[in-house]
Amino acid sequence: MQNIKIRLASERVNTSLTFGEEGAPHLYTPGETITDNQRVMSGHGTYMDEENKEVLKASVAGTVERVNQLICVRPIKCRYMGEIGDVVVGRITEVQQKRWKVETNARLDSVLLISSVNLPGGELRRRSAEDEQMMRKYLQEGDLVSAEVQSVFSDGSLSLHTRSLKYGKLSQGVLVKVPPSLILRRKNHFHNLLCGASVILGNNGLIWIYPTSPEDDSGVGGFTQNLEQVIDKEDRERIARLRNCILSISASKLMLFDSSIQYAFEESLNYSIKELLTPEVMLDVAFRTRHRLQAYKDS
Amino acid sequence: MVKSTSYLFFFISFGNFLSVYFIFQNDLRNDGRSKQDYRPIELELDIVTHANGSARVRLANTDILVGVKTEIDVPTSNRPEEGKIEFFVDCSANATPEFEGKGGQDLATEIGNYLGSSFASPLSFDLKPLCILKGVQCWKLYVDILILECGGNLFDAVSLAVKAALYNTMVPRVETVAMDGGNVDLQLSGDPFDCWRLDITNIPCLVTLTKIGEHLIVDPTAEEEECSMASLVVAVTESGRINSLCKTSVGSLHPQTLTDALKVGVEVGVGLNKALNEALGREEKRLQSNKPERFGFLK
Repeated sequence: MQNIKIRLASERVNTSLTFGEEGAPHLYTPGETITDNQRVMSGHGTYMDEENKEVLKASVAGTVERVNQLICVRPIKCRYMGEIGDVVVGRITEVQQKRWKVETNARLDSVLLISSVNLPGGELRRRSAEDEQMMRKYLQEGDLVSAEVQSVFSDGSLSLHTRSLKYGKLSQGVLVKVPPSLILRRKNHFHNLLCGASVILGNNGLIWIYPTSPEDDSGVGGFTQNLEQVIDKEDRERIARLRNCILSISASKLMLFDSSIQYAFEESLNYSIKELLTPEVMLDVAFRTRHRLQAYKDS
Repeated sequence: MVKSTSYLFFFISFGNFLSVYFIFQNDLRNDGRSKQDYRPIELELDIVTHANGSARVRLANTDILVGVKTEIDVPTSNRPEEGKIEFFVDCSANATPEFEGKGGQDLATEIGNYLGSSFASPLSFDLKPLCILKGVQCWKLYVDILILECGGNLFDAVSLAVKAALYNTMVPRVETVAMDGGNVDLQLSGDPFDCWRLDITNIPCLVTLTKIGEHLIVDPTAEEEECSMASLVVAVTESGRINSLCKTSVGSLHPQTLTDALKVGVEVGVGLNKALNEALGREEKRLQSNKPERFGFLK
């Protein structure tokens, strides 16, 4: 029945798809010299060498971005840096006066003010003291929410809002965490995929996969949570498969957006869901997905 | 807090929060595994050059490094014919922020004590071969276990790594023992490769069975561990004998569940031992070859 297999480190596969390929972006490691050109300016992720003041070096692992004379290194793995208008998925960590604290994979906890949520009973209702006492009824510690970044405070922490029906408390689904830099910025981050499940691609690297509800498209909004509803086997299998596909393509550092996820799902159908946990299969799925994406781009 | 309905759902959990409505249905877990599937395991032997034996095991995200050092010691007076073995577990704060400061100490002691108890019987690990001169000199094995990353199921991963490291351990051969008054004069073999190896046949592997709702699952992820009420750790040898047993976390188990768990545990444990032996054999063959490469954490 169960079939346990232990592989050796010597059999490890390299998950990088662009490894040794021409035209692949160069990945700088901390301490690596970027340039000895004295006329450039040092930006984020770089520093001037102590001994040799003319040499610019990388302080994080990532790719170089250049704007005129300004050189920055954008890290591959980092905490989420919020921007206004981003869609995020987060978890409530604390209920305070007039605000919720939300963990969004940023450096500091984000806040969700009670004045920036739509309370039941009309948008323009005044927030009363009762509302403040009821806060835990709407969202309590441990709940997951989808929200949008309303503003960024001077210390870098984020203020969120859920003033739209598409944002709100999340009920049944699976959360996947990927590096935030792999989420492609798009107009829309809520997708009902062709394969029969829906995803919220949070710009903060948290992805919420949930079953597509048949009645309405708004689906996840508001503060209601239907935990009684039993999700059938097909939906659960689709969600589990999507989860593994997302992890496969993120392991190979492919950008995540609706078509890359849909392609990965289609390419993964040759394998069983649990086979998608093994490194070789993950690489194969990522490889085929990249191939499909390139073919689509070329056509 | 956890609803114990017959079907649970997906879980909405990461971090410290237990807000879980988590159910298995149709034997399908969130990552597509069935109840008794393991995640991919990777093994490497002889990874630390300064140790007499070492191994690294990676079980999905759980990363364990074990080094074994041998030292000459005096046997205890009540067991003059036996050597000694001591386990030391270090939870690196790199693994999870909770291990910072003294955070990991309780867990480290728990793992260390349990390993100690499962090795205590001569039926699991015979300490007699480690005796050099009865009542006067013996070998002491220091087993240092370093937890580098936590992705759930620490006990199983640690036991695999410990068994592999002990398999890899080379104990120097003692050529002559001379007594000079009260002093013992040991002459070790001049050839550094003149060593003998430990007998690992009866060393148990630990199998954690986690109870979630009504179900017993094997190899829980960190999220699944958050959702569980109780776990049972069974030490199972190659031949399927249970050497020791312990229950972790707060919940309780029904006697019927316990007997079921033991049955499953033995079955899984035998499979795990078999898989480990097979992997050790292959790794040993690789190490015998000319200039075997060390992979470690890079590649």
